[in-house]
Amino acid sequence: MELEQISLTALACAKTYPDGTQGLKPTSLKVEPGEIMALLGPSGCGKTTLLRILAGLETADTGGQVFFGEQEVTARPIEQRRVGMVFQHYALFPHMSVERNIEYGLKVQGVNASARKKTVGELIDLVRLVGLEHKRPAELSGGQKQRVALARAVAAGPRVLLLDEPLTALDSKLKEALRDELAELLRRLGMTAVYVTHDQQEAMAIADRMAVMRAGEIIQVGDPEVLYRQPTHAFVANFLGRVNILRRDLSQTNDGVLVIGASTLHVPTHLGQELLVRPEDIVIGESQPNCMQGVILQRSFRGDHIQLRVRVGEQDPLILDVSRDVVYQQGDTVSVSFSPASFMCAKES
Amino acid sequence: MSSGSVAQRVLSACLMPVAIFFVAFWLLPITRLIALPAAKGWETYFAILTDSRYASSLINTLLLSLVVTAATLILGLAVGLYLAKPNVLGRRFLLSLLTLPLSFPGVVVGFFIILLGGRQGAVADLFESVGLGRVTFAYGLTGLFLAYLYFSLPRVIASYTAAAQGMDRSLEEAARSLGANRFQVLWDAWLPQLLPTTAACAAIVFATSMGAFGTAFTLASKFEVLPITIYNEFTNYANFPLAASLSLSLGLLTWLSLFLMGRWTGGRVAL
Amino acid sequence: MNTRSPILATLTVSVLLFMITPMVLSITAAFLQQYSRGLSGGLTLEWLGHVFSQYGSTVYASILIATSCVIGNALIGVPCAYALARARGRWARSFEEILTLPVAVPGLATGLALILTYGEWRDFRQSYAFILVGHMVFTLPFMVRTVSAAFQRAEIASIEEAARSLGAGFITRFLTVLVPVVLPSIVAGSLMVFTLSIGEFNLTWLLHTPLTRTLPVGLADSYASMRIEIGSAYTLMFFIVVLPLLWLLNVVAHLVQKRYGT
Repeated sequence: MELEQISLTALACAKTYPDGTQGLKPTSLKVEPGEIMALLGPSGCGKTTLLRILAGLETADTGGQVFFGEQEVTARPIEQRRVGMVFQHYALFPHMSVERNIEYGLKVQGVNASARKKTVGELIDLVRLVGLEHKRPAELSGGQKQRVALARAVAAGPRVLLLDEPLTALDSKLKEALRDELAELLRRLGMTAVYVTHDQQEAMAIADRMAVMRAGEIIQVGDPEVLYRQPTHAFVANFLGRVNILRRDLSQTNDGVLVIGASTLHVPTHLGQELLVRPEDIVIGESQPNCMQGVILQRSFRGDHIQLRVRVGEQDPLILDVSRDVVYQQGDTVSVSFSPASFMCAKES
Repeated sequence: MSSGSVAQRVLSACLMPVAIFFVAFWLLPITRLIALPAAKGWETYFAILTDSRYASSLINTLLLSLVVTAATLILGLAVGLYLAKPNVLGRRFLLSLLTLPLSFPGVVVGFFIILLGGRQGAVADLFESVGLGRVTFAYGLTGLFLAYLYFSLPRVIASYTAAAQGMDRSLEEAARSLGANRFQVLWDAWLPQLLPTTAACAAIVFATSMGAFGTAFTLASKFEVLPITIYNEFTNYANFPLAASLSLSLGLLTWLSLFLMGRWTGGRVAL
Repeated sequence: MNTRSPILATLTVSVLLFMITPMVLSITAAFLQQYSRGLSGGLTLEWLGHVFSQYGSTVYASILIATSCVIGNALIGVPCAYALARARGRWARSFEEILTLPVAVPGLATGLALILTYGEWRDFRQSYAFILVGHMVFTLPFMVRTVSAAFQRAEIASIEEAARSLGAGFITRFLTVLVPVVLPSIVAGSLMVFTLSIGEFNLTWLLHTPLTRTLPVGLADSYASMRIEIGSAYTLMFFIVVLPLLWLLNVVAHLVQKRYGT
């Protein structure tokens, strides 16, 4: 089963609804051949709209263009674009067996029965649904349905794969198990894929690159590690994990320092007046006279780690994660330190 | 052509058959019907109000429909409440028996009333055996009323039973905990919850009674209702324009009554 | 819920008696030699036989018309329901409202209107097709509304998008995916249409001719001119034919719902 690898490009695609609301501002995005790109953001951010424009289920406002490789497909409806799409609630054909569902696209193309059987057989092996060929969707579990949906989307040899929150309909334990399986499957298929989700863990596990979106536009694009460690916007920092905000006044900023209590840290001016620090980048230890001091306000056990709320100076309480062996209790005074590279800036709140 | 939604021409092609059929066999004919009374002069449209024969026929129909609606609602409510209890013996069987007449044409109901109260009727036999003489009620207002009741009850009973089963018990329990007696519970806790069902049933029963023809036709009733008047004008007097005018008035008045009823209960009543 | 009230029980029993007695009387009367003499006059199957030979054709006509009504309404109504479900804009809602008008308007008016417009076309006017058309016009909204509601459901819309993504053009996905998926509602609509058509009288009485009589029309004729025994036998024939048929259709609807329901 040959699967092409082509690039997928959206150019200045916007979407305005009949009642005037703008679901998507003019957005451009390029997905490289064979890459898995996640569109990540809260509900209403336009990620599904963008996906549907790429698919051909929605038309972008005039001026928007969509390219599959070098070919412009803007005017083509979805039936003619050769995309594979996996829907949030799977949208399996309830009156057809697993086999018939998977071969549907091939049948539409007019592929003969033996060729169809061969492809379907390969896919059933690939997604591990052996033995379930003749079952109806109603008899399948959520995870099985999702695999049928994926197999069906891929069977017809699409040029790109588009997934609309495929794991959202599952409960969280199942989600975690399937997430890795899905990631592995997608990697094996090696197709260009766009994956929409609001769950950042999912996005980070599955995607090669992520585009974080909010209120109809893409805020930042990059690979997960870069986005997590060097977010260019407070929103991105906040969305991909937890952040603490440290504030300094104008004079401190101009001097390139951060003053907390009796301690002074060197923090470059360009990082601005609001500094973001991840909980895992804060280190606590035995209270030392020359170090920054903090008081533990609250200690809560979280299973695989402990979460502390610590007050330093006049800042808002910091949230930090420590290992379970840490013995400090509520009310203890501890030393607090930040590694210099851990500060991220907030360009926009 | 928009690439997103289903193509306009596909949608138009899907609608064409129904559109053509409907225009040809209803819209066009009805428009001609509306225009017909004008052939005899504009005053024909108001014949229902100007001529005392038609006016009295209209009043008859209105009054009958109103009384039937009221009676059906009360009886239907009683039976619906009773059958909503889970521990009534053979409840489902009783319910299916009572809703069986839903599929009977009005003429069959008329025949039933004749069987009950006609010259050879069961009631006549009954009364005669008790020495009260042969009492026949089928051919007058009583017979008509009972017939209309017969074909209206099944729908109302079905609706009220379903609604009563779905009622929120907590309102009733709250009322009783505050000391309400049975009638107060009925009035304050149950009826307000059953208002939507009541409104819908009232609308259906009223509209059906206003337009009912077969039943009155079979009973050849002395009490003339408007559908019979319309039919007579058309068949016996070949007075097509007048029949048209009367049937348009009937339709309009039914619609108007439903509209007012809907306003009075504070919501639109869907037919 | 405390409804152990004796008043309610009494009312229910009275209503029950009121509804059942005529049915029982009518069934019994069909077998009585002579109604006025009651059971003492003896039982017979003569009346049933008479009715069967004289009026059997009306049963056949009614079933034929009701079935054609269902098929016709399904053929034109299902695509229409689809279009109304997918159309954007208020005109679609207005179209649906207008389609419902024949239900609100008295059957007499529709009948008069049809006679006025097509009375001159003798071949049409005197055929069963004339009655069929009247039935279709007033049962169409039931089919369209029921099926349209199904097409509008989010799962169905999603399934259609899936079929589109796999390359299926309109006709392909309509036949292979859309219709099978809404089959339960098509069957439910068909059941409504069939029931309404079989019992329809108001409209049919105006449209009929002595050679095109349906079951209800035949019944009315017999009540007007015949003995009670014949009327009862005819009514019994109505029960025997129609009620099991309706029950059977209900069972089919139930089965389809179970097999094809999403």
